[in-house]
Amino acid sequence: MQQLIDFLTLADPNVRYVVWGNVLLSASAAMVGAFIVLQKKALIGDAVSHAVLPGICAAFLFSGTKNTALMLMGAFISGWLALIAIDYITSRSKIKKDAAIGLVLSVFFGAGMVMMTFIQQSGNAAQSGLDHFIFGRAATLIGSDLMIFSILAIVLLLAVGLFFKAFALVAFDRAFAEALGYPVRKLDLLLTSLTVLAVVTGITSVGVVLMAAMLVTPAAAARYWTDNLKHMVAISVAFGVFAGLTGAFISYTAPSMPTGPWMVVVSSAVAFLSFFFAPKKGIVPRWYNQRKNQRIIAEENTLKMFYHLGEQDNRFDDGRTLADLVKTREVNENVLKAALRRLVANGLLYDREKQWALTKTGYLRAARVVRLHRLWELYLTQYMDIASDHVHDDAETIEHIITPELERELEHQLGYPDRDPHDTKIPKLQTNGHKENR
Amino acid sequence: MIIHAPDPVLEVHDLTVSYSRKPVLWGVDFTLPRGSIAGIVGPNGAGKSTLLKTIMGLISPSSGFVRLFGHPLEAVRQRVSYVPQRESVDWDFPVSVLDVVLMGRYGKIGLLRNTGARDKAIALDCLNKVGMASYAERQISQLSGGQQQRVFLARALAQEADIYFMDEPFAGVDAATEQAIISLLREMAGADKTIVVVHHDLQSARDYFGWILLLNMHLVAAGPTGEVFTEERIQQAYGGRLSVLAQVGNVMEKRAFPSRER
Repeated sequence: MQQLIDFLTLADPNVRYVVWGNVLLSASAAMVGAFIVLQKKALIGDAVSHAVLPGICAAFLFSGTKNTALMLMGAFISGWLALIAIDYITSRSKIKKDAAIGLVLSVFFGAGMVMMTFIQQSGNAAQSGLDHFIFGRAATLIGSDLMIFSILAIVLLLAVGLFFKAFALVAFDRAFAEALGYPVRKLDLLLTSLTVLAVVTGITSVGVVLMAAMLVTPAAAARYWTDNLKHMVAISVAFGVFAGLTGAFISYTAPSMPTGPWMVVVSSAVAFLSFFFAPKKGIVPRWYNQRKNQRIIAEENTLKMFYHLGEQDNRFDDGRTLADLVKTREVNENVLKAALRRLVANGLLYDREKQWALTKTGYLRAARVVRLHRLWELYLTQYMDIASDHVHDDAETIEHIITPELERELEHQLGYPDRDPHDTKIPKLQTNGHKENR
Repeated sequence: MIIHAPDPVLEVHDLTVSYSRKPVLWGVDFTLPRGSIAGIVGPNGAGKSTLLKTIMGLISPSSGFVRLFGHPLEAVRQRVSYVPQRESVDWDFPVSVLDVVLMGRYGKIGLLRNTGARDKAIALDCLNKVGMASYAERQISQLSGGQQQRVFLARALAQEADIYFMDEPFAGVDAATEQAIISLLREMAGADKTIVVVHHDLQSARDYFGWILLLNMHLVAAGPTGEVFTEERIQQAYGGRLSVLAQVGNVMEKRAFPSRER
């Protein structure tokens, strides 16, 4: 607890650096990431994050020290070269984009690892800790680094803010943007440069390899929560910051823990939760909705049984046993019992000792479903020329979803009919229809 | 037969277009009069969309040039509108109908500025013209094919251009939308706008277009519909008589041959 308080109050200057550094880098990565995801360039982010490694090593070999500014520059240059290589391979050879990305990613990362191994065996004392650039270690952040990160983050923020509209347009409709005279190629170049920059800001704290995840995961998760582009970018940034803070906190309480992997774990957890639980788009709400529909179908079908039995002997108020009901249509008995229980609870049926009967509202509801079924059958035969013996199954589904507005429209178009294609009566639901229809 | 228009708004001069050295359009040369609704008609793979994209500068031609209002495209972009094929964009993109129509204003306001109240008023007015005003706040993934096409049309209207290039605006839309679109196009032509439409239905082409371009890798005929849109010319465009042309293209692609001697 004390640790959490220490962490949150930012009393310790080292904590302050780590927290601010992580917040800045994850926010800017998530913001750029939103556009990368929308432009379907997620793999490019992955390639860049691997391709910056040889640049870092080259900068170290060149200077012999772990100078952050120099390494960032090296990383930026090699990330850039990788992008150019991908572009060149795709346009000048028969190799397709995905293969080109895979090729460049592994070649650059491989070269980086070779250089890293070479440096580690060179006996240079300054090299210790260079491997942190692969998986990151937030604790190594110092004040001067923070300065550089702040500048980079501000550059990213300004660039994305300024070109927000243009990036969105190019992502949505590239040909139209080009036809408007927008400098589409230059905007592409800008976005890829921003991608490289975003990856580069993460190298000390998250590490090169995992920066791809910090680009893509928050944005992919954010897409589940909104259909508004600005909100999506904001949510993406919020998720990124949350992951950055949590990662920093974990690595603060347990210094042996690497920050980068923890940030990725947290943001993956956020993505995972979004994937399953986001309202409307998540798997669980969708599943719940389907289940609700299934219940409505079961309930309405049960009500229909009562109506059909009532039609046979013209006694709509009579109690019916389970055996009576099962006779009218094929049904799973457990589903039927559950539906009966819910209908009783909702006041649509009376429960009379092993017998059930329609209440007044239950009768109206049952009559309405039967009515919609028959109206739809009539519509299919009259307007879609489907044979009258082929319309039943279709109407079985449609009867559950027709809204009162559609019902009125249907009735109007059919000329207020009272007989369906099988010449059965279509129930009418005027005021007090319950008694009149006997 | 190519009938040229006096004082044309669009001049396409001897245009040849190649994809990786394989010519897909050969020596296309025509002009269009102001205020016409022109249909580009031809079989699949005739290069209809390619012609439109080349006029819009999305593809650079191997030879020839295009002039709009007597100028190259770059000088008159503000007066030119392009409606891409509906399927060319991702309709699951997180924007609303109004956002899409506002994109039509992006050319006027430039790269960095944001859309303002006036742009919004214009966009809403354009949505109203295509009968989609009540859908302004809807997310675009909830639209039907016909509604998507209407939104694209509203975006083009928001550009307030003088010439409109539309790629298959009638493809996969319901009959009501098709009628709504054609009456809107007629209204626009009445206001002296020129409209060029890629179209694939021969039946309706005769009713819809006052000017016809019959295309099959080369321009078979161009001119007023009554004069050039004859059974014989349609046969010529749709018949398989051009297989030699296609084969020559294939050879040029294989041997990496330039389409013009340098």
